[in-house]
Amino acid sequence: MTHNIYAYLAIMSAVTYAIRVLPLTLIRRQIKNRFLRSFLYYVPYVTLAVMTFPAIIDATQSPVAGAAALVIGITAAWLGAGLFPVSVSCCVVVFIIEFILCR
Amino acid sequence: MKKEFIKGMQHGIPIGLGYLAVSFSLGVAAKNAGLTAFQGFMASLLNNASAGEYAGFTVIAANASYLEMVLMTLIANARYLLMSCSLSQKFAPDTPLGHRLLVGFDVTDEIFGITITRPGALNPYYTYGAMAIATPCWAVGTALGVIAGNMLPLRAVSALSVALFGMFLAVIIPPARKNRVVAVFVLISFLASFAAANLPYISSLSGGTRTIILTVVISAIAAALFPVKEEEKKA
Repeated sequence: MTHNIYAYLAIMSAVTYAIRVLPLTLIRRQIKNRFLRSFLYYVPYVTLAVMTFPAIIDATQSPVAGAAALVIGITAAWLGAGLFPVSVSCCVVVFIIEFILCR
Repeated sequence: MKKEFIKGMQHGIPIGLGYLAVSFSLGVAAKNAGLTAFQGFMASLLNNASAGEYAGFTVIAANASYLEMVLMTLIANARYLLMSCSLSQKFAPDTPLGHRLLVGFDVTDEIFGITITRPGALNPYYTYGAMAIATPCWAVGTALGVIAGNMLPLRAVSALSVALFGMFLAVIIPPARKNRVVAVFVLISFLASFAAANLPYISSLSGGTRTIILTVVISAIAAALFPVKEEEKKA
């Protein structure tokens, strides 16, 4: 069965908004459950890591360029570069490597 | 009120510029999933989420079920739940519902970051100022990505497509440097994700389903083995 893109977008937007607004309107005090707090603490790091690798290697024309972008991105972020500089350095590395490899 | 709004706009400019660049690569992903420029614009205007939208686009690309879209959006945006919980503590208790509903529209890593670090109780007008700059940049950048993704040479698209992953790395690596448990679990996540993409049976699941399962399982293990201490909760 084919799905409607606007239905997808509506579901996506409604869920995203609910996630953000429910705590702001319903929770007036701190969450106490330690497991739940810890789970919520780890979720962003795990989910972003899972989505980044190996997808970054498949995103580029040459897997080598994607792998290099991963290494450079981790290094730049490790050294304290912000969101924008890390993104740009990943792009530049891919561009240079593919310029050399894929003529 | 007006002064705070302008202050928020000023702080929103660097955020908006970063958004413009990163959302461009999100637009390329949207285009690959079959979205038009208008649909990409609407997705970004209504969601204001990098990982969440990217995850959603993979669901659309796979023509997966609406239920999978719900689960995927929940997981990919779970960190906003945490941020909103934290932000809920920053509101003055008598803040009207309307302000809570509006501020909640744009709880992103960056807007949350500048809002939560402002001294004193949350002033919604400061956040609105930042939103007024950042949100249009995010939406326009996505639409441009959908349009120009078609016109740019393949090599440029290939380079830009990693911008989003670069942003993900910029979010997860600094905390990993500070906290060894996070670092180890980031590494475990990389390996598990790679394994899941290549193992028989598991690799036949859609990418979105794999992300959901891996996130819940790995985060639950991390939470059970290494519960977060109180002072780390604001990290």
